[in-house]
Amino acid sequence: MIAFVLRRVFQSIIVLLIVGLIAFLMFRYVGDPIESLLGQERTFEDIANLRERLGLNDPFIVQYFNFLLGAVQGQFGISYRAGVPVSQLIAERLPATLELAFVSGLFALIGGVALGVYTALRRKGVIATTIMTASLIGVSLPTFLIGIALIWVFAVELQWLPSNGRGEVVAIGGWTTGFLTSSGRASLILPAITLGLFQMTLIMRLVRSEMLEVLRTDYIKFARARGLSARAVNFGHALKNTLIPVITITGLQLGSIVAFAIITETVFQWPGVGLMFINAINFVDIPVMATYLMLIAVFFVLVNLIVDLLYFAVDPRLRVERPSSK
Amino acid sequence: MSDQTDNDILLSVRDLVVEFPTRHALLRAIDGVSFDVRRGEVLGLVGESGAGKSITGAAIIGLLEPPGRIAGGTVTLDGQRIDGLPLDEMRKVRGKKIAMIFQDPLTSLNPLYSIGRQLVETIQTHMDMSESEARARAVSLLEDVGIPAASERLDAFPHEFSGGMRQRVVIALALAAEPELIIADEPTTALDVSVQAQVIALLKRLCADRGTSVILVTHDMGVIAETANRVAVMYSGRIAEIGPVADVVHEPHHPYTVGLMGAIPDLDTEGDRLAQIQGAMPRLDRLPEGCAFNPRCPRRFEPCATKRPELMPVGASLASCFLHDPAYADLLPREAAE
Repeated sequence: MIAFVLRRVFQSIIVLLIVGLIAFLMFRYVGDPIESLLGQERTFEDIANLRERLGLNDPFIVQYFNFLLGAVQGQFGISYRAGVPVSQLIAERLPATLELAFVSGLFALIGGVALGVYTALRRKGVIATTIMTASLIGVSLPTFLIGIALIWVFAVELQWLPSNGRGEVVAIGGWTTGFLTSSGRASLILPAITLGLFQMTLIMRLVRSEMLEVLRTDYIKFARARGLSARAVNFGHALKNTLIPVITITGLQLGSIVAFAIITETVFQWPGVGLMFINAINFVDIPVMATYLMLIAVFFVLVNLIVDLLYFAVDPRLRVERPSSK
Repeated sequence: MSDQTDNDILLSVRDLVVEFPTRHALLRAIDGVSFDVRRGEVLGLVGESGAGKSITGAAIIGLLEPPGRIAGGTVTLDGQRIDGLPLDEMRKVRGKKIAMIFQDPLTSLNPLYSIGRQLVETIQTHMDMSESEARARAVSLLEDVGIPAASERLDAFPHEFSGGMRQRVVIALALAAEPELIIADEPTTALDVSVQAQVIALLKRLCADRGTSVILVTHDMGVIAETANRVAVMYSGRIAEIGPVADVVHEPHHPYTVGLMGAIPDLDTEGDRLAQIQGAMPRLDRLPEGCAFNPRCPRRFEPCATKRPELMPVGASLASCFLHDPAYADLLPREAAE
């Protein structure tokens, strides 16, 4: 088990290094940060000085290396535009993104599993068929359109919920949270639904097809033949056997919830790291972009590590042979 | 109930019809099957694949795969009708009164739960027992079915057992709530030949000890001959012949049973070809007129192609064949009439 975790951590480090390398390679082509940093009234001398100061004259491998060297020490450089350390920028904005991702992930998981089980058990029912059809819309509509539609209905027409921002936030240590104020919670609802809807329909369809598969197996028939209650059969025996693929997909989706928060954050002007990344692209703020990409990569890698560990928790067949078995 | 049914009879199936509506046709998988199971008796149910043996078992316990459904007839257990019971009522019958054992022990146990958990869950569903009482009962059940070091293996998972051991666990699960009837659907087909005999002997002994009746579904006549008290031979969703096992094996009356018994290889007689019945069982959507066996029957005569024979007494057995119907005795071909 420990060997497995160590091996995975080692693999993760390699993945992160490669992500960073690719990121830096790309940034050479997104434009010249000097253009946006210096105004119209600039001299060639200013440009040369600034280039030297930012280290832009170094070969990109050296730049990459310097970035890594700093990153290991927790230094991600200074934002070209804001002039403050990137780590500070991220720390200010990460809570917003993580809270949004958490709520929409929870929404996707609970909603997806519940609807998936329901549509599998009432396969031919009217409600189940309606849900399945509606889920096609959820899968095929682009996120920003769902966001705009929700804003139009609930913020503009009904005026029930705010359309942008986080509402009031409370600072606890270095973390700002919107969970503790009513305006903060109200502000979370629309972006969380927007961000989680696609994942929810995906999880729902996955759970449904896995459930249908499992409900046909002999051990489910045998469980029924023993007179176990429908609840025990469907949830105790069937649902647990659908968990492995569901955990895999949910893990991947959780990663993309954070990554794709960019679009939702733009639509709702959510002050998270996604919005920060979009702004950074406009200004070719390389340290911010690089840090953001590394952060997303770390998140993906971490989630997948947790997924692998969950396999062990769910499926006894993967655990190391116990001494009691011959 | 206090009607004329013999107190000795546990299960009574009358004129059972099972239908599968398909897009093209309504298929009758079981067409008017009747038989009784006495208390403590082992009834063998034999026939080719597709004859309707397993479906008969599934219909009795109410676990027909949709869209299959019971379209007629009655199933009576202990004087109580159990076909068409509401799901909640049926659940109290399943496991508690009728248990079922399936073909493949490798897939009959939930891989994610320890066998102890599955046993305790089943016991607590039907018996008013605390966790520790249920665990104690689980251990004694595992001991009964011959799992060595039962109390240590209680928390082991199904994948930690061999196929034969898993079928023993399955039997323990079936016996968990002391059912009156066990429907064993080809319980040994998936096992090694050497293990088959052990499992059958175990099942027979445990049921004899407890007075549990068994419906043993199989296509292995050897197993039937060793285990069953009576045997029902099924063909195309009907019973061809039913009677005491010795009579059916040694003195079969229905030409199909005769063919089936003739197909059992005999090591004592020389021969380079195995005997077989010509042709194949008809598909459900192409059943012939009259007796379903008539196109393959070597002793077919006048009524066979037009009328369907019902079960009629012949010696100690019942056979559905016009050869034994006194009404057609004068139409019998001379060689058949002897």
